Amino acid sequence: MTVVTPQETPVADVPTSSGTRLVDRVFRMRELAILVVFLVMIAVTQAGNSEFLSEQGIKDLLLNATILVLVATGQSLVVITRNVDLSVGSTLGISAFAAGTHLQGGGNAVVAIALAVLLGIGFGLLNGLLVSLGQVPALVVTLGTLYIIRGIDSIWVGSRQITAADLPGGFVDFGSGGISAVPYLALIALAVLVATAYWLKHFGSGRELYALGSNPEAARLAGIPVRKRILAAYTFCGALAGLAGAMYLARFGNVDSGTGNGYELTVVSAVVVGGVVFTGGSGSVYGAALGALLLTSINSVLPALGVSSVWVLAINGILLILAIAVDRIVALRVAAALKKRNARHG
Amino acid sequence: MRKTTLRRGCAALATATSIALALTACGGTTKKDVANEGGSAAGAGKADPNAELKKGLTVGFLPKQVNNPYFTTADKGGEKALKELGSGYKEVGPSSATDTAGQVSYVNTLTQQQVDAMAVSAQDPGALCTALKQAMKNGIKVVTYDSDTTPGCRNAFVSQASAEDLGRTEVQLLAKQLDYKGEIAILSAAQTATNQNTWIDFMKDELKKPEYKNMKLVKVAYGNDDAQQSFQQTQGLLQEYPNLKGIISPTTVGIKAAAQYLSGSKYKGKVRLTGLGTPNDMRKYVKNGTVEAFELWDPAKLGELAARTAVALSSGQITGKEGETFTAGSMGEYTIGKDGVISLGKPTVFNAENIDRFDF
Repeated sequence: MTVVTPQETPVADVPTSSGTRLVDRVFRMRELAILVVFLVMIAVTQAGNSEFLSEQGIKDLLLNATILVLVATGQSLVVITRNVDLSVGSTLGISAFAAGTHLQGGGNAVVAIALAVLLGIGFGLLNGLLVSLGQVPALVVTLGTLYIIRGIDSIWVGSRQITAADLPGGFVDFGSGGISAVPYLALIALAVLVATAYWLKHFGSGRELYALGSNPEAARLAGIPVRKRILAAYTFCGALAGLAGAMYLARFGNVDSGTGNGYELTVVSAVVVGGVVFTGGSGSVYGAALGALLLTSINSVLPALGVSSVWVLAINGILLILAIAVDRIVALRVAAALKKRNARHG
Repeated sequence: MRKTTLRRGCAALATATSIALALTACGGTTKKDVANEGGSAAGAGKADPNAELKKGLTVGFLPKQVNNPYFTTADKGGEKALKELGSGYKEVGPSSATDTAGQVSYVNTLTQQQVDAMAVSAQDPGALCTALKQAMKNGIKVVTYDSDTTPGCRNAFVSQASAEDLGRTEVQLLAKQLDYKGEIAILSAAQTATNQNTWIDFMKDELKKPEYKNMKLVKVAYGNDDAQQSFQQTQGLLQEYPNLKGIISPTTVGIKAAAQYLSGSKYKGKVRLTGLGTPNDMRKYVKNGTVEAFELWDPAKLGELAARTAVALSSGQITGKEGETFTAGSMGEYTIGKDGVISLGKPTVFNAENIDRFDF
């Protein structure tokens, strides 16, 4: 697809060529487009129902998106390298339960969260190793780990469940609390998002993920440590899925062996709607986060307008197809523009 | 798990009834024995209401799944009753609630062990039939509880609560909390869930009564038994109807999601929530004042009634025919309804005072 010009030195401030600037601008446009769609949707809903953007309403919107934003951030790193991680839903479920059992036994909340993240890192490493060393298609490998992790979860958890009564009050309050309309959980997600975006844009190792996704063979020849980068992307994705699990626990206060079942598809949809192209090499985590915000908000907008929730899935599907179509058209345009420019300068 | 139990139970009941109806309908044109299969498999003997309750019997409990808190509570109730009656208890069962083949082989095991009666919660209304009929042929009395088989495959079915009772009592429960006025909504599971829709129909019917003239059902929302969706549907209800005073959620997943949302929002204590939930799920919300009261049947009572029915059958007090009555110890007198169904009665209401006495 679109080719981000591999930079000679993998350091930050490389003078940007006109080609990269064009690509950058196009993608900023892409994110802007989602933002506009989102804002229009919110405005229309607010016009139809003045309660929608009350303090509670804004808080709910942000809280609803938080968990998906986190997982989508991790997922987009993997998708940028032209891979995919389908096991995020299972990882989220099992980490949530692990954190829950720790808290149930009277454990410390920070340790519980660390436990969830570590478990996520473990499964992320496993995925990364299988994909990078095994040279097997990520789709198949992570489909396998999706079932394996869910299997372990079912055996371990069985019919048990963590209920809100098992958790310390402070932990559950943290899950729904916040500074006026901004929930604590959303702040954590935002911090992770900004840090990831900064790393991806300004660090050599971050840029290399794009190179890797654009053309794995060329990246290898250019001396990029392909396996190491893929491993890192998967580990990061796993860690965020684990963190999301701990947040799920704080927010919903209820975890059983089915938690997070089918979540991977929602995550992939958010990432794709957000403009992270599935063939790798382009997109940004901000886009993915906006995609997540857009998808979860549709679920809030329809009930607030009194539309039947039956429509939600269909609308998500339409958005997905639209996003892919836009991406395809943009990619073709950019390729043509780059070709013309290169010919002129050539 | 428990939500499946709820749904399955009712689905099984519905299927059983419809099959029974179908069979009775064609009873005129087909052979007599087919028609006989329609009703419960009442034994050939006559019921003797004054027969003494036998002692030293063995009753095998076969739940849908062992180590499931709901069934563990139910079976414990059965064990207690059997001890009181001087009979023996045993429990066997599959470790997965979808392992129907496993459940069939447990029926056969119980038959080979020559228990006097078995109490079965069927994973599937039809799959256990052959094995259960074999057991009955060997003189074993078969009682189903929680989830029924087709009526021909057991002597009696102990039903947790009737759809009508569940629907009406939920409205009554909420009405009391709201002082019979205000806008209310329902948060259900899937739009297609048969049992939920039956309950909702009874709720609507109950609301037609004059005492509810100041209450208005504004919307039925569907959270698809998914925590996130139930959350967002609850948010939507509250935004769309700012004057909403109460929500009924007749699903264990829906009610706990709605409760968790309400307890972390500004609506806590202002919007009343009730419905079907389990004490363990709801304990926190009852204690922090989000939920005043909710209901469900008491699984221990269900197990106890199943055990007492099994003993009454083995003793010949009843045969499973419609209209027969028997006394179930301290639980009082029960009458066998159509198709050998015995209804446990009105659901139990849980509130801050009694919730700590239940663990399931």
